[in-house]
Amino acid sequence: MSKFFSNIMGWVDARFPATETFEYHMSKYYAPKNFNFWYFFGVLSMVVLVNQLVTGIWLTMSYNPSGEGAFDSVEYIMRDVDYGWLLRYLHSTGASAFFVVVYLHMFRGLLYGSYKKPRELIWLFGMGIYLCLMAEGFFGYLLPWGNMSYWGAQVILNLAGAIPFVGGELVQWVRGDFLISGATLNRFFALHVVAIPLVLVALVFLHLVALHHVGSNNPDGIEIKKNKGPDGVPLDGIPFHPYYTVHDLVGIVVFLAVFSTVIFFFPDGGGYFLEQPNFEPANPLKTPAHIAPVWYYTPFYAMLRAVPSMFGSAFPGVIVMGAAIAILFVLPWLDRSPVKSIRYKGWMSKVWLAILVVSFVVLGYLGVQPSNGTTLGIGNTLLAQMLTALYFAYFILMPFYTSIEKCKPVPDRVTGGSH
Amino acid sequence: MKKLILSVLLVLSPFTVQAAGHGGVELLHAPVNAQDKVSLQNGAKLFVSYCLGCHTAKYMRYERIASDLQIEPKLVQEYMMFTGDKLGEQMNTKTDPKDQAKWFGAAPPDLTLEARLRGADWVYSYLLGFYPDDKRPFGVNNHVFQDVAMPHVLADLEKQQKPEEFKQSVGDLVNFMAYMAEPIKAERERLGVFVLIFLGILMIPVWFLNKEYWKDVK
Repeated sequence: MSKFFSNIMGWVDARFPATETFEYHMSKYYAPKNFNFWYFFGVLSMVVLVNQLVTGIWLTMSYNPSGEGAFDSVEYIMRDVDYGWLLRYLHSTGASAFFVVVYLHMFRGLLYGSYKKPRELIWLFGMGIYLCLMAEGFFGYLLPWGNMSYWGAQVILNLAGAIPFVGGELVQWVRGDFLISGATLNRFFALHVVAIPLVLVALVFLHLVALHHVGSNNPDGIEIKKNKGPDGVPLDGIPFHPYYTVHDLVGIVVFLAVFSTVIFFFPDGGGYFLEQPNFEPANPLKTPAHIAPVWYYTPFYAMLRAVPSMFGSAFPGVIVMGAAIAILFVLPWLDRSPVKSIRYKGWMSKVWLAILVVSFVVLGYLGVQPSNGTTLGIGNTLLAQMLTALYFAYFILMPFYTSIEKCKPVPDRVTGGSH
Repeated sequence: MKKLILSVLLVLSPFTVQAAGHGGVELLHAPVNAQDKVSLQNGAKLFVSYCLGCHTAKYMRYERIASDLQIEPKLVQEYMMFTGDKLGEQMNTKTDPKDQAKWFGAAPPDLTLEARLRGADWVYSYLLGFYPDDKRPFGVNNHVFQDVAMPHVLADLEKQQKPEEFKQSVGDLVNFMAYMAEPIKAERERLGVFVLIFLGILMIPVWFLNKEYWKDVK
C-alpha cells in the first residue's frame, strides 16, 4: 500500500515540488519551541478567513445584490434556505471574530517585537492585510441593506468627501451615483465578494512566505537560527509539523467552542455583532438615533470625532484617523530597542504598551457612545482627545524611550517550552 | 508581566460601570419564552386578529407558524387566514402602503422583525403604554413612542379582560412577535447544546494527542 502511495508521490514530485514544499513549510520548518498563548492567533486568523470564504460562497448563492431585493434576500436566507440561518450567523459572527483574532495577533507582534529586523516585510504585508480587512468589512456591511448599513456607509463616504478639491468627485466615483443607491450596493458586492478576497488571499500568501524565509520570532525575541546543532537544525527549533499542527488543534477547538457559543446562543452579540437598526431596510429619510460603525472600527471613529472641525472642514479628523493607522506601518523603524521582546525591555516600554492598550480599548468604547455624553465625569470628546494623544505618544515617543531605557540581558537559549 | 496585566485591567475596570436607561424611558420586561407553545399559539391568534388589519408580516409564512407552533394546518387555514392565501404564503395584505400613509399619517410598518429591531421589552412596553390624550387624532398617546400615529388597537381587549389577564395577553402577543422575528431561535439553541457537547468530547483526544507529541520536547 505504502509503495503504491510513494509511487504516486514520486510521479507528482517529478512534475511538481509537492513533497519539497511540504517539507519547507511544514515538516522541516523549524519553529521555536516556546510559543505561548499569543501564538495561536495567526492560525486562528486563517481558520476565520476560510470560514468567511466558504460561508460567503454559500451566501452568495441566495443573496440578491439589488437595492430592492437585498434585505428580503437576507430574510429569505434566514428562513427558507436550509441552514441559511447558520450560514448567515457563521458569516456575521465570523466577521467580528476575524477582528478579535487579528487584533490579538497584532498585539503579539507588539509584545515580542515580531516586526523588527529581519521581519519588517512580514509586518508590512500584515498591515496590508489589516487595511484590506477593514475595507472588506466596510463593503460587506452595506450588503444586508439595513438602515445602519446605509447610514454607516453614508457617514464614512462623506468623510472621503471632506478631502479638499477631489472629495466630491471621488465620492461620486466610489458611489457610482449621486447618492448611495443600488449602484453602490452592486459594486460593493463585487468588491466584497471578488476583488478584496483575491487581494487578501494573495497578501496572506506573501505574509507566510516572508515569515518562512526568515523564520518565526518567539516570546523571548531570540533568533533561534543563531544556535544550530551539528545537523543544521536550530537547537531551540521543532518541526512545525507535527508539533504545532497538533498543538494548534487544541487552540482551534477552544476557539470553535467560544465561536459556537456566540453563534448558537447570542448571535446578535448584545447588539454589537448584529446591530438593532439593521433589522429594518435602508431608509434615506430615517436616520438611526446613534450612527456608529461596527465595534472593530470604533477606536478610529472616536479619534475622528474627537478632532474638531477646522476652517469648516471635517478633513483634519480624517487625517488624524488615517494617521492612526498609517503610523502602524512605520513601527519597525520607530522601535530602537536593542532587544525584541517586552520581557527584556525596560519599564518605560511596558508602561507605554499598557497606555496604548487602555487608550485603544477606551477609545473603542467612546466610539459607540454619543460624543456629547460624559464618562466618569469627563466629557467624552475631551476624554477621546486625551486618549488619542496618548495613542500617538506610544509611537512618536518610541524612538526615545526605547533608546534610553535600561534593558535586561537576553539569554542565549529560549526560556520555557510549550507543554 | 503579571503586574502589568493586572494594572491594565484595573485601569479599565471603572468603564464596566454602565448607565441604565436609554432614551429616558424605563422598559418593562417582556415575558418571552420560546418554549411556551400555548403562549405562542395565543399570541399568533391575537396577532392575526388585531394586527394584520393594518400591518403586514411579509417574511412570515403561515405554514411555518403551523409547524413551529404545532398547530394543525387546517386550523391555521380556518382561523388565521382570511384573504384566500395559500398555506405556504407569507402574511401579506393587499393594502397599498401609500394609501395607509394618507389615512394614518405614516404607513404601518411591517412587523416581522419589529421585536428584533426595537427589542421585545420595547414592544411589550409600547403595547402596554397607551394612555388617553385629547390632543391626538385617535385620542391616545404612548409613553414609549411619543405622538405615535397608531390607535390603541387593543383597547377592546383591555376592556374585556382583567388587568393581569390583559398583561398576559400582551405578553403572549409579544412572545409570538419575538418568535416571528427569528423562528429558528429555539432550534438553534437546541443544536448549540449538541455542538458544544461534541466539541467538549473532541477536546479529549485533541488534548491528549498534543500532550503525547510534546512529551519529547525539552
